[in-house]
Amino acid sequence: MSGQTQRLTVVPTVTMLGVMKARLVGATRGHALLKKKSDALTVQFRLILKKIVSTKESMGDVMKTSSFALTEAKYVAGENIKHIVRENVSSAALKVRSYQENIAGVKLPKFEYFIDGETKNDLTGLARGGQQVQACRGAYVKSIELLVELATLQTSFLTLDDAIKTTNRRVNALENVVKPRIENTISYIKGELDELEREDFFRLKKIQGYKRREVERQREAAKAYAEEKVAEEMSLQKGISLSSAHDMLSLAAQKDQDWKVDSDGFVLRWISRNAAAAATSPYYSAAWCNAFTGKGTVELLKDQDHEFEKI
Amino acid sequence: MANKPQIRTNSSALIAMIADEDTITGFLLAGVGNVDLRRNTNYLIVDSKTTVKQIEEAFKEFTTREDIAIVLISQYVANMIRFVVDSYNKPIPAILEIPSKDHPYDPAHDSVLSRVKYLFNTESVASGRR
Repeated sequence: MSGQTQRLTVVPTVTMLGVMKARLVGATRGHALLKKKSDALTVQFRLILKKIVSTKESMGDVMKTSSFALTEAKYVAGENIKHIVRENVSSAALKVRSYQENIAGVKLPKFEYFIDGETKNDLTGLARGGQQVQACRGAYVKSIELLVELATLQTSFLTLDDAIKTTNRRVNALENVVKPRIENTISYIKGELDELEREDFFRLKKIQGYKRREVERQREAAKAYAEEKVAEEMSLQKGISLSSAHDMLSLAAQKDQDWKVDSDGFVLRWISRNAAAAATSPYYSAAWCNAFTGKGTVELLKDQDHEFEKI
Repeated sequence: MANKPQIRTNSSALIAMIADEDTITGFLLAGVGNVDLRRNTNYLIVDSKTTVKQIEEAFKEFTTREDIAIVLISQYVANMIRFVVDSYNKPIPAILEIPSKDHPYDPAHDSVLSRVKYLFNTESVASGRR
């Protein structure tokens, strides 16, 4: 069904997620309330249904009694009583009062008959059959009473029927349209927010890496610049060429290393023969230079002040 | 509810009738009848000379009048204008189909009662199944 996959068009933000969650809570509560209302109305509806059936059945009997009473009156008072009755009609003595009754928020109309003033028919049949006429009148008033009750029930029936239909429609709409739609929207917003978070995380990582590289590059540049500066100074001081000053510096940078691996795979440790030699860097000795470039054997890797020891 | 017709609360309303002569006479005797200043009555006597159009017009007039709460209509008369009665769906005035003296009451024809019976049956069937 296309309605189930539908979602509201919203901006996927945290605020909207809160709004949607509030709406879902509201929809759920409304659904529960409407369900209760529908149940209450249905109970009332069935009561009325039963009453209507029984009242309609008794209506037949009551009307029959009234008709019989009229026939009796006609027989006793003569056929022309109906003309007298019809001539005497002016304003209604028997009227209906209507008011409302509230059942689960549905206003049901209720009717109630009352006798207002007196009828002009009091003197009807004075000549003959007065008692029968009055009995007939009583019978008809009784049937009116029943009919008014029936009208009340019938009107309530129609109103309730309509109200139940509307309520059920709302219940179903909430259950099958509104709630799934809000739920879809919430899951959409959640998915979208997760996606944003991942994107943000990735972006932060990317920026971090970029910055680190940038710092590294700057540090390199600063170092190169400083070396350049030192080499320049050194070349000026010692009167050697710029490139040899560079070589000296790069060798000096490795000063703290006092061992190396030769071309045959032996580890050689640097040993100084005397205190004066130990104070100077090994890199300036010929033996170190030979070991460094891999030239010669172990026996060659020594000069007057230093030698290498195999380990 | 926006589409729901407004239910009037009247302190006094009339009962209108469309029926045969005897039934009307009986109810008039009970004091239901009303004749206003323009000689408009709240009842229509249906005899062999009354046309369907007259009945229909009377029915429409009674159902639209403000001061009528209940319309009593003989069932055989209602059968003549069944389409109008069935299409009527307002709660007020309430339409009541009544039996008349020389036409026995048939519950199957009553528009409301047939609906009631139908609902009652489906409900009892449904509740029996449960």
